[in-house]
Amino acid sequence: MTRVQVTVNGVEREADVEPRTLLVYFLRESLGLTGTNVGCDTSSCGACTVLIGGESVKSCTVLAAQADGREITTIEGMARDGEMHPLQEAFHRNHGLQCGYCTPGMIMAAASYLKENPSPTEEEVRMALEGNLCRCTGYQNIVTSILDAAGQPSGARA
Amino acid sequence: MATAQRYVGGGVLRKEDPELLTGQAHFIDDITAPGMAWMFVVRSPFAHAKIRSVETSSAGAMPGVIAVWSGKDLADEWQGSLPCAWPVTEDIQMPTHWPVAQDEVRHQGEAVAVVVAETRAQAKDAAEAVSVDYDPMPVVTDAEQALKSGAPLVHADLDTNRSYTWTLSAGEVDKVFAEAPVVVKERYYHPRLIPNAIEPRGAMAVPSPAQGEFTLYSATQIPHILKTALTAFTIANLPESKLRVIAPDVGGGFGSKLNVYAEEAVLLAAARRTGRPIKWIEERMENYLSTIQGRDVYQDVELAASDDGKLLGVRAHLVADMGAYLQLVTPGIPLLGAFLYHGVYQPLAYDFACTGVFTNKTPTDAYRGAGRPEATYAIERAMDALARRVGKDPAALRRMNFMAPFTEPTDVISGLKYDSGDYAKQLDRALEISEYEQLRKEQQARRDAGDVRQLGIGLSTYIEMCGLAPSQVLAALRYVAGGWDAATIRCLPTGAVVVVTGTSPHGQGHVTSWAQIVADALGVSMDDVDVLHGDTAVSPLGMDTYGSRSLAVGGVALHFAAKKIVEKARTIAAHELEVSEDDLAYEAGTFSVKGAPDRARTIPQIAFSAWTAHNLPPDTEPGLEATHVYDPGNFTFPAGAHVCVVEVDTETGEVSIEKYVAVDDCGTVINPMIVEGQVHGGITQGIAEALFEEGVYDDDGNLLTSSMTNYLVPSAAELPMYELDRTVTPSSTNPMGVKGIGEAGTIAAPPAVVNAVIDAVSHLGVTHIEKPVTPERVWRAIRQARGDGKGGAA
Amino acid sequence: MIPAPFEYARAETVDQAIDLLSSNEDAKILAGGHSLLPLMRLRLARPSMLVDIGRIRDLSYIRQDDDEIAIGALTRHHDVANSEVLQELCSIVPFAAAQIGDPQVRHVGTIGGSVAHADPASDMPAVLLALGATMTVRGPRGDSRVVPASDFFRGLFEPDLAPNEVLAEIRVPVTKGRGWSFIKFARRAQDWALVGVAALAANGSGPAVALANMGDRPLRASRVEEALAGGADPATAAAWADEGTSPPSDPFGSAEYRRELSKVLVRRAIEEAIGR
Repeated sequence: MTRVQVTVNGVEREADVEPRTLLVYFLRESLGLTGTNVGCDTSSCGACTVLIGGESVKSCTVLAAQADGREITTIEGMARDGEMHPLQEAFHRNHGLQCGYCTPGMIMAAASYLKENPSPTEEEVRMALEGNLCRCTGYQNIVTSILDAAGQPSGARA
Repeated sequence: MATAQRYVGGGVLRKEDPELLTGQAHFIDDITAPGMAWMFVVRSPFAHAKIRSVETSSAGAMPGVIAVWSGKDLADEWQGSLPCAWPVTEDIQMPTHWPVAQDEVRHQGEAVAVVVAETRAQAKDAAEAVSVDYDPMPVVTDAEQALKSGAPLVHADLDTNRSYTWTLSAGEVDKVFAEAPVVVKERYYHPRLIPNAIEPRGAMAVPSPAQGEFTLYSATQIPHILKTALTAFTIANLPESKLRVIAPDVGGGFGSKLNVYAEEAVLLAAARRTGRPIKWIEERMENYLSTIQGRDVYQDVELAASDDGKLLGVRAHLVADMGAYLQLVTPGIPLLGAFLYHGVYQPLAYDFACTGVFTNKTPTDAYRGAGRPEATYAIERAMDALARRVGKDPAALRRMNFMAPFTEPTDVISGLKYDSGDYAKQLDRALEISEYEQLRKEQQARRDAGDVRQLGIGLSTYIEMCGLAPSQVLAALRYVAGGWDAATIRCLPTGAVVVVTGTSPHGQGHVTSWAQIVADALGVSMDDVDVLHGDTAVSPLGMDTYGSRSLAVGGVALHFAAKKIVEKARTIAAHELEVSEDDLAYEAGTFSVKGAPDRARTIPQIAFSAWTAHNLPPDTEPGLEATHVYDPGNFTFPAGAHVCVVEVDTETGEVSIEKYVAVDDCGTVINPMIVEGQVHGGITQGIAEALFEEGVYDDDGNLLTSSMTNYLVPSAAELPMYELDRTVTPSSTNPMGVKGIGEAGTIAAPPAVVNAVIDAVSHLGVTHIEKPVTPERVWRAIRQARGDGKGGAA
Repeated sequence: MIPAPFEYARAETVDQAIDLLSSNEDAKILAGGHSLLPLMRLRLARPSMLVDIGRIRDLSYIRQDDDEIAIGALTRHHDVANSEVLQELCSIVPFAAAQIGDPQVRHVGTIGGSVAHADPASDMPAVLLALGATMTVRGPRGDSRVVPASDFFRGLFEPDLAPNEVLAEIRVPVTKGRGWSFIKFARRAQDWALVGVAALAANGSGPAVALANMGDRPLRASRVEEALAGGADPATAAAWADEGTSPPSDPFGSAEYRRELSKVLVRRAIEEAIGR
């Protein structure tokens, strides 16, 4: 077993896990943070995206042991004091989700990207989401939501 | 209580969103039970093989393992096969389909054993230690090859790979085709599609051994059908009354969760044997083999027409790949399109035939659109071929063949009655938004200049049928279940309203739309309406969510239930106000005395009176609650016009979508924001089908596109913004005038996109490119048309 | 999907990593893990031990060293893509790094991990080959050797690395003022290249063209380079693009298509490199 100590959403957490434990299962099963989802086995879909040190990563392709000592943010840590994060509000306002399964990953990927580029174009947002798959929305309202959260105009006509 | 307002038709934000946005939703893998164990399924690596033996003892000795069972070990758990509820012909061949194979496996990924262990990892580790001795058998992977004599038999006991042939004919088909001046013959293949809901499947069975009861949590679209089908057909000695099915938050379905799956049956058996809750969560690569797939249909399509392109006859003969077994509605999928191969046009003669065929591949079944994308693709591609043949612009050809606008049920050649339609209006609007004339000029300029990047414009004027009903028609089609749905409205004494629906949403926003409908009907705030669904103990009556049926059936049931509430409330209000019912006016939840509007009662007030029951009219039951089970009198027929504009790199074959315009008509709109979201998602799946996605098997039946790394679900980076508009032609089928929108985009988009690509290179002589239109296929088609290479079929 | 069990050890220094690799059969290095962990999740790789070198601070750097830029093997794709030093002095490298995988992958995956994986479809190996980069490899007892890219990629997933060696540094030449092009032709943005082309215009040294996913390793398009050096125009030279290649056939595209595609892309890359 390996001892893993992390700060998740501002709270220090620790647990003993098998070395093979992936970060996403550590979060979901050891820490009970089930907001982060698993969608594929191949690092393709991005449903499991969380932030390590403020940067987006696919938590299905990182060992919990690799995250030892790091600061992690999951979807559960986005809302503060009962107020949704501006990205969460924008997704709600713009119907940026349907079944909601890819949504936590989309929001975390967007949060990371907007920190790097606070005023992106539509094209840049689309490229920033290349590693996140959604089967419901056709992405249009996801892209619109992220542009809205960034205060940028959307290219959508309807 | 907030003031009543009008919700229907407004862009009301979704009530579902907060928990989904904050990580508080409960998808199947988020649910656990005390003492829960895990199941892992051992699957066949072979597409066809005899099972000589299954050695389970070494796996059974591994850490944490509770049980290991082969198919034979589980045989006494079943009263029969996994169910197929749509035996489309009397003489259909229906093979036995055990939840876990007993003697023979017939597709890669078929279950051969299961392991139950304390943890997810232990179950997986032990599954690797199960040793199965296979004797590989000959494999057939192509439906047309499977029909040839001497082809390997998927089911030796059936003595044929043909499952059924279903036909439909109207008008003097042979005469029309013999005499028509123009006959266009086309052949299309619809590749295998893998649905790819982003949440894989999963389920958990929780036993209550003392009562012999079970709760099955499943990521399913169909909790009601699942409960009935599992207990009626598959699980031995489990009365339906002892099974409760709960669909928690479900992460997308697209038809792939519209089924009765082996794992659901095995979990119940395993929970019964061990007395413990047991969970199974599908891995993605497992999903690619063990969850149903879509399409895989060959079509021979012929259009008969006059010299100037007036459509006279349509003939469509299909060979449809069923895969190795018949899942819940596998054989019926082609029938969902069988009546629509003439589209929005009215030929004199119509001929349809479909042969369903077994192959050693994963079973096919409903995938978004189910039968209707195939029909729309056939007629809309063939109409473009006809336009090229008679030298007409594809828009002009369609316009001259459209049915005239109508608002009442209208007979069409295939035997259906279309509910309402105004097809020319939709096309005109789509052409206007896309600036069609300007596009044609630009296209010509690029052609004249010989640009490397050519422009193409593709049209699709589609129609579909939704709200699969009435039940009597389904009986004629030999579908086992009905087409009705149920709604209950319960007005609580505090003014809150509980709605119970038989539909089972998984992203479609029913909680919001249903609340809009009820809030308007009863004059209450949406915040005071709660919508319950997806639990057979809470919502005992229902037919679930698939085929764009939920609003057109379940939503209309709600409309009628609300009417019953209002009628009962009127009786109570008249009694309390001491006037006759005729003296009451009803508006926005308030009954008022005509001429004396101060004398009034609201629905919440009456709900309280009905609860106290202190002063009810004679023969009136206490409580304000109503249930309605609605069985529609006809299907609904959404329609629309899509325009796709592509740029094709004639050197590499790369296609990029420059513009996509969709004008859809789904009748009355409850929530435009949700409707647009459905269209966006539908178009995207249609574009994916046209340009990206294809499930490829090798000759041995191995799925080569085995994960999301090589089965190409597109991302935002590959797609454009869509431009949407609507026309509203209310349905004549139901009093709300609603039609359905869940599949429209997926049905409309593929021919629009492929027509656009062909249009971009048609001046080079290209007339056909197979789906998905990959860069390589485009490149080959151009090279072949130019005759400057060996070419080969594109 | 869960990997098979393994032991986990964290190395604090390169020498410690080499010791662990030397004393544990089937031990593998874990850097970002974005090539290895996907294989382990599919149980296509089953190392007995992972030696995590991800915390070795002094292997993550980008610095100019005369006419070369030295890149620490543990430098993440994200940092390579955003390096001002590289953008100024060897812009093809950050340009290509920005197209590897997706943002999440680039936040974890390292240039050394990608190069040591020696996937012929990867972007960076072809770029390094075109640049004539060198790899610094460290082994037991403080040994260190320098391997040119042309020797480093020996075959499919087969780098010139012994089981107890660690790729420590990658050195690329300063190419300021030299035209370049990198074209990745992929079906989806997140995919590997169907065919990738890295090209550098002649400038002192001769023109360089390298191909990704056209064989079992990244390949130099030598005949194209020779033709260009001999004065051929881009279209004529590019007609030799598939000479000596053995592209794969897979669901993304046939070998025949890849050959033709390589000619179009090489021509475009040369034209862009000359014009840049």
